[in-house]
Amino acid sequence: MTLAGAVAAIMFVGVIAYAVFAGADFGSGVWDLTAGDAKRGAHLRTLIDHSIGPVWEANHVWLIFVLVFLWTGFPAAFAAICETLFVPLTLAGFGIVLRGTSFAFRKFAPSIAQARLFGAMFAVSSVLTPFVLGTVAGAIVSGRVPLDGSGDRWTSWTGPSSLVGGSLAVLTTAFLAAVFLTAEAAREGSVALVATCRRRAMASGIVAGFAALFAVLPLRSDAPHLFDRLTGRALPVIVLSAVGGVTALAALWRERPALARVGAVVAVASVVAGWGVAQYPWVLVDTATLNAAAGNRATLWGLIVVFVVAAITVVPALLYLYVLTQRGSSLRSNDEKQP
Amino acid sequence: MSTLVRLVNANPTLLPARWQMTVSLGSHIVLSCFGVAFPVMIWVVHGRGINNNNSNNNDNDVWLGLAKRWSKVAAVLFAIGAVSGTILSFEMGLLWPRFMRRFGDVIGLPFALEGIAFFIEAIFLGIYLYGWGRLPPRRHRAMLVPIGVSGLVGTFCILSVNAWMNNPTGFRVVDGNVTDVQPIAAMLNRGVWLQFLHMWIATFMVVGFVVASVYAEGIRRGRDGVHHRAGFLVPFAFASVAACIQPITGHLAGLRLATAQPSKLAAMELATRPETRAPLVIGGVLVNGRVRYAIRIPVLGSLVARSNPNARLPGLSQFSDDARPNDQLATTVHWSFQLMITCGFALLGLGAAFWWARRRGRDLLSSAWFLRLAVIAGPLAIAALELGWITTEVGRQPWIAYRVMRISDAVVQHNSVWVTFIVLSTVYAAMGVGALVVLRSMARRWREGDEIDLPTPYSPTSYSPTSNPPTSNSPTSSSPTSSVRI
Repeated sequence: MTLAGAVAAIMFVGVIAYAVFAGADFGSGVWDLTAGDAKRGAHLRTLIDHSIGPVWEANHVWLIFVLVFLWTGFPAAFAAICETLFVPLTLAGFGIVLRGTSFAFRKFAPSIAQARLFGAMFAVSSVLTPFVLGTVAGAIVSGRVPLDGSGDRWTSWTGPSSLVGGSLAVLTTAFLAAVFLTAEAAREGSVALVATCRRRAMASGIVAGFAALFAVLPLRSDAPHLFDRLTGRALPVIVLSAVGGVTALAALWRERPALARVGAVVAVASVVAGWGVAQYPWVLVDTATLNAAAGNRATLWGLIVVFVVAAITVVPALLYLYVLTQRGSSLRSNDEKQP
Repeated sequence: MSTLVRLVNANPTLLPARWQMTVSLGSHIVLSCFGVAFPVMIWVVHGRGINNNNSNNNDNDVWLGLAKRWSKVAAVLFAIGAVSGTILSFEMGLLWPRFMRRFGDVIGLPFALEGIAFFIEAIFLGIYLYGWGRLPPRRHRAMLVPIGVSGLVGTFCILSVNAWMNNPTGFRVVDGNVTDVQPIAAMLNRGVWLQFLHMWIATFMVVGFVVASVYAEGIRRGRDGVHHRAGFLVPFAFASVAACIQPITGHLAGLRLATAQPSKLAAMELATRPETRAPLVIGGVLVNGRVRYAIRIPVLGSLVARSNPNARLPGLSQFSDDARPNDQLATTVHWSFQLMITCGFALLGLGAAFWWARRRGRDLLSSAWFLRLAVIAGPLAIAALELGWITTEVGRQPWIAYRVMRISDAVVQHNSVWVTFIVLSTVYAAMGVGALVVLRSMARRWREGDEIDLPTPYSPTSYSPTSNPPTSNSPTSSSPTSSVRI
């Protein structure tokens, strides 16, 4: 693998992490949106607040990580993506602003009416953002982003691949979120909530699975490069994804939410990884290879060093946070019983 | 006519793109100050709260209560700062794609390092917030150390990119192509250390004076007590020290300009032609290349800008029209610069007056006029920050990278930017109002004695003013179980 390939692989680790961690956050917006009125949806929304509350700020960092690695490692490709895909990226940016702030504001809202407004903004932007990010991926894999940045600002992200990408993004994040919420509800010991979330997780899992199967049909003509590799080189990864998805569904059926969570993460992470494997060696399919768009070698080595530093510093800290919040949830539910 | 108008005519997206950057960076710069300096202040306050030598336990509760409240405020501001920072990384490409295409790999490394710093900060802030009542006190307080350190590192990284734009280095241009990139040399450019110091100290002035002004207003409204005094004194002490150091770092940074960025210095001093023993120009407007309505003090200009009365100051006339800020922009730079200095020294004076009076046994917190001034000090510190930022950014015009690339060659090439600028400004205005409403409602609940973690508004035991009767009218006397759970 070339130096540029190594940097791209690291960058794609960020894409996968963003898809999984932020995906679970974004997806909870679907369930927040469909939870019903303030009274009926209260339990589910409280669960959503609990499950994404402590860690959600950290998830933006995966996106920043990907953007920074892209513009530092592959400056020309970054510029081309930004110029051609100005509209969906702008929408994603606004979606992130509205989602983040309205989530924070809802938590502190002084009245139900305000909470409802912020909650609706949070939920709608949580659905919109993964959708437009999915259309960006679709534009790149279908060869609609020329390296000189001259791609059409509308048709380049509204083609079949983009619609597939956007829909898959929303469906997989919804599935992921429902599975995470089921596990969270089980840990909080709420039987009714477990049932609610489990039902949603299984339904969205089946829908997402079928959607992923049928998604390859439009890709065949619209993104032939990707289609060939998905059914060739990347096939083992895609099979792994299917195994993960089936495992998750079976575990949900057998009421084993912790195992379901592992299965769901494997399913989503490997479907995204499959995309990466299939797209290699292009950074912009059909218009620029990784090597052609790569930045200076000294900088690429710098990025490798940054990655090592990040692995040494961030991973232990992140593990500590996760361990603490997992343990903390049980502490918190004990607290709440006492007074 | 002027350079800008020519540039705007040549490139209609330049103006909205610059304004969008102004709005998004101008907001983010204030929020990021709170990510950098606030944790350090919380660390001090938290330390007082777990100090066993305090004469009575009530004092401990006051300090701990303060730290807990501040950490919640920090969380709200950090959340907004995180999203406004994400927007900025989008905007680097959406607004300035041709700059990123050319120099992305030259300036990218500090951004990548800043990403790590930001990640660490987010994680430990999450741990700290979660740690209330869940971690042993000393370890809990220690979680603030990585937050403060990553704030410091992050500030350095971002300022390193800005300093690079002022002092581009670490690459060569061969046949129009950027080559031979040395990312470390680009990061450690000659301007970085002083710019970093000046900005890092500014974060303490901003946060210190803003937080102190909140408690000054509380005291002014009669909520005087241990809690409010502690809430005022700690940030005010930080801000006072920072305000004393700031003129020195600013002066040292300014000394570099005569050689590093002479056109910026000329605009700051509103000097039309180069001269030795240059006068200090106070106020004034540059019209058709002539300074009008200004007060001039002979020789002082050379003295303050170069520490030498006989030194030569650069003048705008020595640069071609397309290589310096035009007349209007030069006037903007000059006024921003001098107003920043005015604000800075006013704040320094306020801090000095308070501590001097305190040494002599006089407590200015019982003085109505002092409290009024202390309330104004918060907005004044933010103004100084923004003015200083305008000085350095507008002073660099028309360059995005000084003498290497013009902003008109960097900006995106289509007309949608007016739309995104208007939408972004509206969203940010709403976000600002929303943040104020949220912070005020938090403060109101705290005053009503409600310290317990708020349930979500959707929760079955939903918060309403009646379901949580105030346990006590004064936060300082509330029982330890309701105010702090350790």
